[in-house]
Amino acid sequence: MSSSVAGTVSPTRQAMRRFRRDRSARIGLVLVTLLIVIAAAAPLLVRLAGQDATTYHIDLLDPARGNAPRGPVGGASGTHWFGVEPLTGRDLFAITVLGLRTSLFIAVVVTLITTVVGTLAGISAAYFGGWYDAVLSRLLDFLFGFPQLVFMIALGIVVPARFPRWLLLILVLSLFGWAGLARLIRNQARSLVAREFVEAARSVGSSGWMVITRELLPNLIGPVLVVATLAIPGYIGAEAALSFLGVGVPPPTPSLGRSISDSIAWVYTGADPWFLLFPGTMLFFAVLGFTLLGDGVRDAFDVRLRRTS
Amino acid sequence: MPGLVWFVTRRLAAALIVMLALSLAVYLIFYAIPADPAHLACGKPCTPDRLEQARHFMQLDQSTLQQYLNFLKGIVAGRTFGDGAAAVQCNAPCFGYSFPLARPVTTLIFDRLPVTASIALGAAVLWLVLGVSLGVIAALNRGRLADRLAIGVALLGVSTPSFLLGLLAILVFGFWLNMVPVSGYVPLTESPVDWAWHLITPWIVLAILSAASYIRLTRSQMLEELNLDYITTARAKGAGEARVVLTHGLRGVLVPVITLFGLDLGALLGGAILTEKVFSMQGLGDLLITAVGQLDVAVVVGVTLFSAFLIILANLVVDIVHGVLDPRVSHG
Repeated sequence: MSSSVAGTVSPTRQAMRRFRRDRSARIGLVLVTLLIVIAAAAPLLVRLAGQDATTYHIDLLDPARGNAPRGPVGGASGTHWFGVEPLTGRDLFAITVLGLRTSLFIAVVVTLITTVVGTLAGISAAYFGGWYDAVLSRLLDFLFGFPQLVFMIALGIVVPARFPRWLLLILVLSLFGWAGLARLIRNQARSLVAREFVEAARSVGSSGWMVITRELLPNLIGPVLVVATLAIPGYIGAEAALSFLGVGVPPPTPSLGRSISDSIAWVYTGADPWFLLFPGTMLFFAVLGFTLLGDGVRDAFDVRLRRTS
Repeated sequence: MPGLVWFVTRRLAAALIVMLALSLAVYLIFYAIPADPAHLACGKPCTPDRLEQARHFMQLDQSTLQQYLNFLKGIVAGRTFGDGAAAVQCNAPCFGYSFPLARPVTTLIFDRLPVTASIALGAAVLWLVLGVSLGVIAALNRGRLADRLAIGVALLGVSTPSFLLGLLAILVFGFWLNMVPVSGYVPLTESPVDWAWHLITPWIVLAILSAASYIRLTRSQMLEELNLDYITTARAKGAGEARVVLTHGLRGVLVPVITLFGLDLGALLGGAILTEKVFSMQGLGDLLITAVGQLDVAVVVGVTLFSAFLIILANLVVDIVHGVLDPRVSHG
């Protein structure tokens, strides 16, 4: 069946075409794929290297230099690919790739939660309007202006110690994360609600749920996808920041943020900068990869994401 | 300008309501803490009798609502814990009393605030200047080297966590090049030069990172603005390029930049807290993290509410500036 009408390519197909032509988006895609493979296969990679993230290797440390690793590049060798951690001698490669796994896991789960909650809240606010919309908008205003990091640190005091911290981290990041998407989707959906096809669907007696899922949602896939992709680097950074401050993922679970925090003393004295550079570079590439990908998706879908409204 | 006065009054009232709602919410959340602060204060051996005494002294034996009302009263009029010779006075504005540290929370906050505020304010000034000017330069040189450089800096800034860049700066400029001090805070009153010298690296680090989104916003806004009819008119009437860009173009850029700044205030405080840890300065973040570790609820509630109030207040100012700058914002 050949189309006789010129230019009847679906918006999604157009977006894919634009994405393929965008060089930095392709770099982002490659980086992200690589990162996800590393994170998913991290336990396997660590076993391949013949190491784990918990065994101490005191013999590899130099007591004369305050237990910094012996040898150049933080003690990197054929057995310890990224060298070892100062003070404990644990394998830094294992800590770095498992830390990446922790980061990506938390960021992806939070993104899934906030995307679902934010989209539903935004669409329903636009569709139902009235006091529901008014209350939700005030709540969003409130969440936007909130000193989130302060609150996230403070919450640590209320939550019992036996409550798993990674779950707390996911919940807290989600609590503040859905607001941005909800507002954007609400504004986009409001202009859709007034269009003829929605009116038509309503007039033939479609239920609210049907209109939202069949008429509104398909038209909002672009913005949702864009915001979700662009949100991931933010969550990676937020998780790392909280772990850096000592209120994130607790030991012994490896975390890039906590390793970077541990490295402060070794950076001040210059005794072992590699302890910062390996986890730091990994964190940088994680954020960079998802940012490039997100920018690419945004340009491809041609969504205007002005934070001003 | 009666419209403006009315606008400001309404915003003030709204801000006050938000503050009250917020303080109640925070109070209820944090007083659900599973550990008993009186238990930590009553000493060993902690007999039921002494525990009861401690609870009474700390006013924990009252209902949560009563405690909240006392807290509000304390902000306005101060409050006293216990009576007689052992009484502890907490002067207005009293944001609670830390029994583990034996100091009013307000004093604790104001001891630490200068550190965090110095980092945040200096960085904010620097990043607004840096962000807007680089954005304008990028827009004027669209597609050329300067534009690409500015976009590159913006991308790097968006992708680097502040604590990571801070530590790299310490490593390169502090340790390898030995140019700047790497840690510690010197009060402004002690030595303004040393104050600025110790803060210069944190400022630059925080400013470079946060300037990124301002570079992007200014660039796109400026490009859009320069294509508008009134700019063409201004050019046709013979206005110089500098005048066109600086007075006409920039004006349209400022409003969205200020809006973005209002949204970033919370992040600014967060960035300052991360930065103070990187540079080993004891500011509000350190106070809060230590308090969480010591189950010092009064300090945790005090710091949380205080920073929320700061953000609400700063937002109010941004809102008012916005209203004055942009005639389209209705004052009615």
